[in-house]
Amino acid sequence: MRKTPLHDEHVALNARMVEFAGWHMPIQYPTGIPQEHLAVRQDAGMFDVSHMGQLRVLGPDATAFLSWATLNDPARLRPAQGQYSMLPNDRGGLIDDLYVYRDVDESFLVVANAANVGAVLAHLQALVEASPPGPFEAAVRDESDGWALLAIQGPTAATKVDRLVAADLTEVRKNRLIDTTLSGMPVRLARTGYTGEDGFEVFCRPVDAAAVWRLLLEAGVTPCGLGARDTLRLEAGFPLYGHELDAGSNPLCTPFAWVVKDKPVFGLDVMRRGECRRRLVGLVLEGRGIARDGYRVLDAEGRVLGRVTSGTVSPLTRMSIAMAWVDAEHATDGVRLSVEIRGQPVPATVTPPPFYRP
Amino acid sequence: MNTPDHLRFTASHEWATEPADGIVTIGITDFAQDQLGDVVFVELPDVGRSLAAGEAAAVVESVKTASDIYAPLAGEVVEVNAALLDAPEAINTDAYGGGWLFRLRVADAGAWGGMLDAAGYAAVAEEG
Repeated sequence: MRKTPLHDEHVALNARMVEFAGWHMPIQYPTGIPQEHLAVRQDAGMFDVSHMGQLRVLGPDATAFLSWATLNDPARLRPAQGQYSMLPNDRGGLIDDLYVYRDVDESFLVVANAANVGAVLAHLQALVEASPPGPFEAAVRDESDGWALLAIQGPTAATKVDRLVAADLTEVRKNRLIDTTLSGMPVRLARTGYTGEDGFEVFCRPVDAAAVWRLLLEAGVTPCGLGARDTLRLEAGFPLYGHELDAGSNPLCTPFAWVVKDKPVFGLDVMRRGECRRRLVGLVLEGRGIARDGYRVLDAEGRVLGRVTSGTVSPLTRMSIAMAWVDAEHATDGVRLSVEIRGQPVPATVTPPPFYRP
Repeated sequence: MNTPDHLRFTASHEWATEPADGIVTIGITDFAQDQLGDVVFVELPDVGRSLAAGEAAAVVESVKTASDIYAPLAGEVVEVNAALLDAPEAINTDAYGGGWLFRLRVADAGAWGGMLDAAGYAAVAEEG
């Protein structure tokens, strides 16, 4: 199993470690998932996301190439700005969802999910050579080993980070990048995240990661594991590749269709020809049972309408929330369905995510 | 491992108090709550239900997983811990006290002595 540069910090804090996408990662600290979740909603928490992949796309055609390869529009990015995006396959589905940052004019940093780095790299490297509309004059390379990545999230995250870095962060708007130093160490901050809260993702040198982590710990930022990361992103209504999105899911049939911009993109024609016979929806359940991945969604007569992709009980609101792919006919806000939990139908209402807005 | 000597245990991580007037109190062990993580929901049996030894009687659900809880002894459910419906986290904070699940009027009070004692349970739990 691979270890991030922060592995020993997690072990020293008595984190419960699990295998995740080939990495040895903290699922939670002794604090527990609900308290970690609340720390992010009410104060500030930090996550080691160094397992995620960083790919560099560089060259005179870098913008044109990423515009062809990804569903959002990188041409809209100014230098030092990022956007959420998706990488389509040739079957109307997705290879991964991504964050795309423009560094300078024709140099981009693409952040991919840990489990998909290899597939994203292989796809981009093949697509850059393919014609038409390529070949593109651009190179795609894996920079993952060059970066450690921490996410600091929560209403007090910006204040806590601001005290530690040289730059003034008040002018750094959402989705903007800034290069600065943290206690003398070079860091790159991106004002974004995966929890719905304000905060930063901090790119730093692997050799500095433990020192950055400890400074944040001293600043009162709560260490949070992958468990809280999952409950937070679900409550904020963000998808997780492998659950809500996969090689067979058409993003046009999801609440994330806004990502798809009107321009030529590899695979987009297939995606547009696909009918939305099923749609991705949010569900709010009665009671506190958890609708887990794979559980069946039923109508009043007990007919199977689809399946849950993720579910949890929010430690903040105590609401039982889920996302599910269901028959398009029933995918209307306010429609009452049920989720089969341990053989019993539990009433659920179709509710557009997010389930919580800070 | 926290396994009080006055209780008896099952290999499936339930505990039971010694029968008093034929009534035993059932819960899950400290080891079990630690493995489950933060409990968010419990399903308790109906009062009056008759349970066979080893029958699925309750469900304890954590953020991570849902786990069936089995009746360690045969008997009739006489009381459930309704406080857990609003505060299921008592299972994590007080597994052998406030986190109790239900009480059984046992059919055979002598069967309790045949359950695992603290040392026997600790050995089973450590093996995983």
